[in-house]
Amino acid sequence: MCASVKYSSRGPALIPRMKTKHRIYYITLFSVVLLGLIATGMFQFWPHSIESTAEWSLDRRSVHDAPLVRLPLSSPIPERGDLSCRMHTCFDVYRCGYNPKNRIKVYIYPLQRFVDEVGVPISSTGLSREYNDLLSAISDSDFYTDDVNRACLLIPSIDVLNQNSLRIRETAQALAMLPRWDKGVNHLLFNMLPGGPPDYNTALDVPRDRALLAGGGFSTWTYRQGYDVSIPVYSPLSAEVDLPERQPGPRRYFILSSQTAIHREYRVELERLKEENGEALLLLDKCSNLSQGMASARKRCYKGQVYDYPQILQESSFCVVLRGARLGQATLSDVLQAGCVPVIMADSYILPFSEVLDWKRASVVIPEEKLPEMYTILKSIPHRQVEEMQRQARWFWEAYFRSMKTIGLTTLQIINDRIYPYAARTYEQWNNPPVVKWSSVNNPLFLPLIPPRSPGFTAVVLTYDRIESLFRVITEISKVPSLAKLLVVWNNQNKSPPEESLWPKVAVPLKVVRTKENKLSNRFFPFDEIETEAVLAIDDDIIMLTSDELQFGYEVWREFPDRLVGYPGRLHLWDHEMGKWKYESEWTNEVSMVLTGAAFYHKYFNYLYTYKMPGDIKNWVDAHMNCEDIAMNFLVANITGKAPIKVTPRKKFKCPECTAIDGLSLDQTHMVERSECINKFASVFGTMPLKVVEHRADPVLYKDDFPEKLKSFPNIGSL
Amino acid sequence: MQARKKYVLLALCACCWLLLFYWGGLQERLLGLLTLTRRPGEVLRPWPDWLDRALLPPYAELGELQLGGGPGESPRQRRQTWAGVYKGSRCRMETCFDFSRCRGREGFRVYVYPPEKGDRVSESYRKILTSVTESRYYTADPREACLFVLGIDTLDRDQLSAQFVPDVDDRIRGYPLWNDGRNHVIFNLYSGTWPNYTEDLGFRVGQAILAKASLNVEHFRPGFDVSIPLFSKEHPQKGGERGWLLRNTVPPRRKHLLMFKGKRYLTGIGSDTRNALHHIHNGKDIVSLTTCRHGKDWEKHKDARCDHDNQEYERFDYQELLHNSTFCLVPRGRRLGSFRFLESLQAACIPVLLSNGWELPFSEVIQWNQAVIEGDERLLLQVPSTVRAVGFDRVLALRQRTQMLWEAYFSSVDKIVLTTLEIIKDRVYSHISRNKFMWNSLPGGLLILPEYSTHLAHYPFYYLNLGISPGQEFTAVIHATSPLVSQSQPIMKLLQVVSKSKYCSQIIIVWNSEKPPPPRSKWPPMPVPLTVTDGRRKTSSRFLPHVAIETEAVLSLEEDTVLLTNEVNFAFNVWRSFPERIVGYPPRSHFWDPVKKVWGYTSKWTNEYSIVLTGAAFYHRYYHHLFSQYLPSSLRTMVDRMSNCEDILMNFLVSSATHLPPIKVAQRKQYKDVPVPQSTKTAPWANPEHFSQRQECVNAFASWFGYMPLVHSQFRLDPVLFKDHVSVLRKRYKDLERA
Repeated sequence: MCASVKYSSRGPALIPRMKTKHRIYYITLFSVVLLGLIATGMFQFWPHSIESTAEWSLDRRSVHDAPLVRLPLSSPIPERGDLSCRMHTCFDVYRCGYNPKNRIKVYIYPLQRFVDEVGVPISSTGLSREYNDLLSAISDSDFYTDDVNRACLLIPSIDVLNQNSLRIRETAQALAMLPRWDKGVNHLLFNMLPGGPPDYNTALDVPRDRALLAGGGFSTWTYRQGYDVSIPVYSPLSAEVDLPERQPGPRRYFILSSQTAIHREYRVELERLKEENGEALLLLDKCSNLSQGMASARKRCYKGQVYDYPQILQESSFCVVLRGARLGQATLSDVLQAGCVPVIMADSYILPFSEVLDWKRASVVIPEEKLPEMYTILKSIPHRQVEEMQRQARWFWEAYFRSMKTIGLTTLQIINDRIYPYAARTYEQWNNPPVVKWSSVNNPLFLPLIPPRSPGFTAVVLTYDRIESLFRVITEISKVPSLAKLLVVWNNQNKSPPEESLWPKVAVPLKVVRTKENKLSNRFFPFDEIETEAVLAIDDDIIMLTSDELQFGYEVWREFPDRLVGYPGRLHLWDHEMGKWKYESEWTNEVSMVLTGAAFYHKYFNYLYTYKMPGDIKNWVDAHMNCEDIAMNFLVANITGKAPIKVTPRKKFKCPECTAIDGLSLDQTHMVERSECINKFASVFGTMPLKVVEHRADPVLYKDDFPEKLKSFPNIGSL
Repeated sequence: MQARKKYVLLALCACCWLLLFYWGGLQERLLGLLTLTRRPGEVLRPWPDWLDRALLPPYAELGELQLGGGPGESPRQRRQTWAGVYKGSRCRMETCFDFSRCRGREGFRVYVYPPEKGDRVSESYRKILTSVTESRYYTADPREACLFVLGIDTLDRDQLSAQFVPDVDDRIRGYPLWNDGRNHVIFNLYSGTWPNYTEDLGFRVGQAILAKASLNVEHFRPGFDVSIPLFSKEHPQKGGERGWLLRNTVPPRRKHLLMFKGKRYLTGIGSDTRNALHHIHNGKDIVSLTTCRHGKDWEKHKDARCDHDNQEYERFDYQELLHNSTFCLVPRGRRLGSFRFLESLQAACIPVLLSNGWELPFSEVIQWNQAVIEGDERLLLQVPSTVRAVGFDRVLALRQRTQMLWEAYFSSVDKIVLTTLEIIKDRVYSHISRNKFMWNSLPGGLLILPEYSTHLAHYPFYYLNLGISPGQEFTAVIHATSPLVSQSQPIMKLLQVVSKSKYCSQIIIVWNSEKPPPPRSKWPPMPVPLTVTDGRRKTSSRFLPHVAIETEAVLSLEEDTVLLTNEVNFAFNVWRSFPERIVGYPPRSHFWDPVKKVWGYTSKWTNEYSIVLTGAAFYHRYYHHLFSQYLPSSLRTMVDRMSNCEDILMNFLVSSATHLPPIKVAQRKQYKDVPVPQSTKTAPWANPEHFSQRQECVNAFASWFGYMPLVHSQFRLDPVLFKDHVSVLRKRYKDLERA
């Protein structure tokens, strides 16, 4: 490239030396080649913009402007759909590729209007409002791509939500006409009302080759587990009616049946139940003599009394959802919206999104045969559970049933989870309502393990320049049998640590790490040098702990590896006068924190502290040179939901809080600052995660009348 | 002429430059395609926002929707037609299972066909049958059975195998109860044979439920069959080894990232995957070793790699690799499942499955994507980058979950068989069944009895997951054995002490004396309700799930226990922090006696303990239910016969559920040299026989559990200011310190 630049700049100087004939010839040839190349170059680089302006520049158009496509009579029909299709046989994973975001890309075919040879459209409705909502939602999501070559999943814009409005053969032909149809591989069809009279198939009757089907009303015989997705039948009432969530509390009816087309055999059974149990049941039917103009879909009647639908659903604890000719019922959506627990009686029905949703927590599924026993079964459910189920039902509606958007995106997420199973959403993410997600904990160290004693612990001593005291601490700690390694975090950048020969001689490896900045967070850095899980964080002036006390602390930590196990305990209190949290270091009967001036904890929490600390807490601590221990207590309590463990009796600690801030005594300002920390952290966490307990751990035989020399930890609590 | 050359050169240069320009552009485009990222400036063309959006028709009229397709055909008729149509490979519980057999008073009962003379039953099948007959669902009477298990060994249906049983078809057809297999479970580990290993069992399964290993999703009848893991004949009957994960190391990566060591099939089914595995071997963090040396005629198919591979293969030890790898490849063998699956699960080596179409074991209830990486055989070469991308936290979680699942469902034949039965039972009584959460969190579905409750908050294990804390009240259950003669009896004092606690909501006396219980007026007046129930002179009745217990916490007491109200209050507050454990006062310990090779029991003062006596202890009321439903009646009878050991059994039970020791709390010492609060000389523990009985119990219980569930602890919990040098006025539990 350089060479060419050089030559072209010198070019004009060379030209006069040539013969004119040649010169003109060459210049012409050269410019023609150059122009040609530039022209093709332009074309190469901007072909799409040319195309797109032609096709897409009109931002707002009518559905009727969509291009018309005439289906030849003899155009091919796809195969019926293979019942043995599974992701590994009928789905082309290569199109989805490996991608760092673990997200599939979805392409939507542009809208076309298909007509048969004589010009009759293939569908009586064309694009429906709901399908349009679904497609726009997908298009707005980050699943969407407009490049068919990048797409993993392709969605035809042919609306097959309702089979009744379709001409089956022609719709199938239209599908096969799609440019990338290729036997339906990686195509996804959405259908909510499958089958037609009289026998109502439980899956879409349109032949569709290998396409995946997101269908409402699958039965266990048509549903291809792990391939199809079972979706709800969308109820337009969801958008029309605003039912605010009902607070827990008694409801007027116990069981409510609101469906209008229940088979006679079932209605007889229900009426028998009503006779037996009276007012607890309400059996509604359609209204026969409504005045003109009233929407019959929004009214239900019982013996001449008119009830508003779906509002009446909120008045009942349980709502019956019986199968009709179809398995999937739109009523299910209304019932969930009302926060009424659905009692689903539809044998062989695959519940919506059953691949990920735990319906046992939001509904009662009863075999149709057991309808007569319904009342007894429901009565046996404890009251508290019913309330929880109501909350869960409402949550399912809000998260997954509410709109075509949630239905569509949930479907895509389920398929996404199958293609990238290692990044799949968890049970908790799918099933826990926000209020539970917020208050529950997901302990990362959930397995009840008591780690073996042998690897011991690593003592991490934070020091600045108190060398004499530091050396005493090191000498003391080195007597602890389970000590595996000593790590001194040298936080003074202006001074070098003393020479190796000056350090006390200890039996375990001793390593000094020099830090770049004098930050309190350094003590919680997950140094590679820490090879044990157990870390003992200790200040350079904690010389009063005996070796028995430290060893005992380690033993207690082994039984509580997911907690902070420390010596001096502290408490937080709610100050009613000030209306905020207060820090307490007095001799209290309770503990909610332990100071990390001397505490055992799992190395995992070092990672959490360094990389996952919420908000600006870490910087705040470094800036204020205080409260790193409170922050650690908050962090651990928040993620495990458990209180720390204080071990051994109270000792005279020389103001352990003051170690970081040299010279500052245990005075009022200090306490005020610590209280401020608690308030600050509580607001960042959005809650007060600390747990208060009344106990501390002592050796089994502590202070017992028993020969001291037979006790494992005799030297506990000496001052 | 020179000038001409220069011009040509110039033109060439220009061309090159332009070409470079082009190619650069092209590369950029290719790159964009590969990484699926969009070049900046390019606008996404969304689905159009139609002008006439509001005018679009609804997909269905509201009336049509609410009709739900109309009432349809008669349900009774439909059920009859179904039964005729959906048989054989289309069986479902609705059509191929006779629920009415399970409606009896006895509920879910399993019958095992007696073995016939001359039948050879393999080791594994014998274990399966033992598990069923020893389970609490077993019945010897086929009339009350809901489920039937064949006596014929159907585990190995490979015709070439020595364990193959011929003529199964004829024999089962001769069974009067066979009924085309309705309500039968057929266990199978191996089906089909060389070369294509089909799912064919070699006899007509009919309407029987298949509990089969290596099930293929295409043959699996969802909600009907049960996929079980492939296990070896050495798999223990009971208990089983614990998982290998001893601690959660951080960072969680082990020496090797991914490992495989196994056969490479040169031909035949499964060879596609097995033959490609060596490609991902990099000799550093990914070790994938294959050998061709298997079968009789391997040398016939031998290829160029074989010799080198065989050599490399010998260099690594499989067990060592299991210990030292983060992920373990579990590719399909000839069949879909392999022993490797359970091996890596136990070793906490996260399985990376390459077995397309395998219906994973107990997939109906276990959420496998939280414990394994489900790979795709077609994407073998992506596996290294996939596992590399699995984050630190996820590895930690996956690894712990492998252990949880291993210990809950797979570590013994008992567990595998029981899980199979429980899954079927959950289907039969679908409205009283475990939800997915119960199956997938500690302590596992087998320890959850849905008859007790289907409500998560009623169990001691889920408080933290639900974000709730245990209730503020407890019920005291007092076990009374001596007749009431005077008002100064210890039980009177005890009643007063306990009823004074602000957390006490009710008191239940289990009357186990020979004399009938005294009238209500004999009991002292109390601020809480008092109930007296008849214990029928059985020691185990103190742990019966009395319906009267309404609180989560139970304070179990012996009539002669001496306690202070403050001791009760403190222990209760401790229990609220550890609701899944037993929180009590007097500790005991077990130990292994290496000389006699038995477990020992000691009541001596020791520095550690593994049992707290239930003569005075708090625990969750669910354990009453577990005690009387989960434990076999043989152990309960043993307890009743001896009138002893019920407390040890309770400790075994709770520790087996939690894997954790009980908790001892501070207790005031009444006597200087007697550790236990005791009263009369006739106390049962004064008897030397009493002690040897307890030793016997520990061993009997350990053998039923198949392992020693008790765990030692070295601390006790005291009030924060216990015996501290501060003013007594500051202390909340000051009277605990009085000697």
